[in-house]
Amino acid sequence: MIAEHLTQASYLAAAALFILSLRWLSNPKTARRGVAAGVAGMTAAIAGTLLHPDIVSFKWIAVAIVVGTAIGIPLSRVPLTAVPQRTALSHAFGGLAAGLVGTAKYMLWLQDGQLTAFRTAAIAVEVILGYLTFTGSLMAAGKLQEIIPTRPITYPGQNVVNLGLLAIAVLSSVVLVVRPDLWQFFPVVIVLSLAFGVLLIVPIGGADMPTVISLLNAYAGLSAVAMGFVLENKVLITAGALDGSSGFILSVIMCRAMNRSFTNVLFGAFGQVQAGGSAAEAKAVKSGTPQDAADLLGNAEKVVIVPGYGMAVSQAQHRVREIYDALTKQGIDVKFAIHPVAGRMPGHMNVLLAEAEVPYEALVEMDEINRDLPQTDVVLVVGANDVVNPAARHDTKSPIYGMPIIDADRAKFVIANKRSMNPGFAGIDNELYSADNTLMIFGDAKTVLGEVVKALTGGGGH
Amino acid sequence: MALDLWSMAFVFLLATFVGFQVIQNVSRLLHTPLMSLTNAISAIAIVGSLIIAGEEKTTLSTVLGTIAVAASVTNIVSGFLITDRMLKMFRERGPRS
Repeated sequence: MIAEHLTQASYLAAAALFILSLRWLSNPKTARRGVAAGVAGMTAAIAGTLLHPDIVSFKWIAVAIVVGTAIGIPLSRVPLTAVPQRTALSHAFGGLAAGLVGTAKYMLWLQDGQLTAFRTAAIAVEVILGYLTFTGSLMAAGKLQEIIPTRPITYPGQNVVNLGLLAIAVLSSVVLVVRPDLWQFFPVVIVLSLAFGVLLIVPIGGADMPTVISLLNAYAGLSAVAMGFVLENKVLITAGALDGSSGFILSVIMCRAMNRSFTNVLFGAFGQVQAGGSAAEAKAVKSGTPQDAADLLGNAEKVVIVPGYGMAVSQAQHRVREIYDALTKQGIDVKFAIHPVAGRMPGHMNVLLAEAEVPYEALVEMDEINRDLPQTDVVLVVGANDVVNPAARHDTKSPIYGMPIIDADRAKFVIANKRSMNPGFAGIDNELYSADNTLMIFGDAKTVLGEVVKALTGGGGH
Repeated sequence: MALDLWSMAFVFLLATFVGFQVIQNVSRLLHTPLMSLTNAISAIAIVGSLIIAGEEKTTLSTVLGTIAVAASVTNIVSGFLITDRMLKMFRERGPRS
């Protein structure tokens, strides 16, 4: 009895610490305290649970903790460019844990005749969300790691098949609730949820990953909430709700930043459009050398750098920082324009630039930087594409029409670095590249920017 | 039983509102660490799997529980560590300039 009170008290403390943890994250200055609070809450809750009288042996728990730690430590040391994949993997683990606990509980209660209609319904929700998050996140991680083709894969009737599978899974769950003796439907629910998770992600392309990762985050949280209802555990409900609302808010921010709806992201298969292949009679672009870029940058007073996924791919964030250093040293004002969906997950560019030790005051959000762009001398676009495409403002036929963009074209000069003239993930032509005030510098971002740095600092001739 | 259901629904409702409030205040700068931190926190699901792995009722339930504990520990360890690693990098005026 005392143990039970201690357990519940530890859960209460954990819930409070988790809320404080997220509160402290609101500011970079207190953020690390937030991690400490989270660790404290987790430790309290685990210690409280281990007092539980039903635990008769710690053997398998110890094994699992060793295995989990052995996988967890290397996963926390991945290069920061791989953080989106790691995040997707961790959503997969969260979903898997929820699915497995739901499965185990169902079988134990079925055996003991303790399945109530409510328990069955809650388990069904937990299992569906858990397993679809598991396979969906694995698919997302595979696409991000480029083990699986990143282009959207579509076929006719795709949405009918996907929604049909989900509908059968839900109907089977209803059968389980109404007729508990028909337990054979339980494996059906599991298999369909696993399959649905895979098929849900197949048609999703790279540019939609920030939204999809956020949505999977929300599902993982909700599966933890459902687990809380199954186990009648309030700290689980609380933590799951915090995770779920975080994922939901991030998804909404990502959708708004692309001017799209959830249904459009999930069922719209962005990128299959391919602009009809008309390719707008290949307008001439001006291409220059790193030296030309250095001259333009060195003579500017205000420079804005727009990073995109291309910077992450070529790991060019340190070269970008060197350009920032060289220009700042000459008294030039340099800012970074961060589009909410630049990269593969929310906040991706911020983390990469922070890794390269760019001070966070220099990282400016889209709405704020757009006010400054007309007075900016040079915009340097590094591996960003759709987020600076002016077609989003005026071309009603463009698939990205209506998406808020960084108005790079309004600056006096634009320098854009790209590997080649291939269109971005969305497969849409970018008229910024053929504009009169744009200079293209082709080549790998890391190499090209390295030469720009050399020209800016080494040049010596000045 | 019915009362339990409703008190759980209340907890869910209130926690969701708290979540919305707190998370809307998180700076966009920190959205990647936010995701890894909430991910680590929701690995609190470990409290459910610990009991299933430890009560050893059937072989299958013990196996499922053990895998679930391992998955949750992975998220706890890697989630908190990588969040801290990322947050350490966010600094004001960098020392290098």
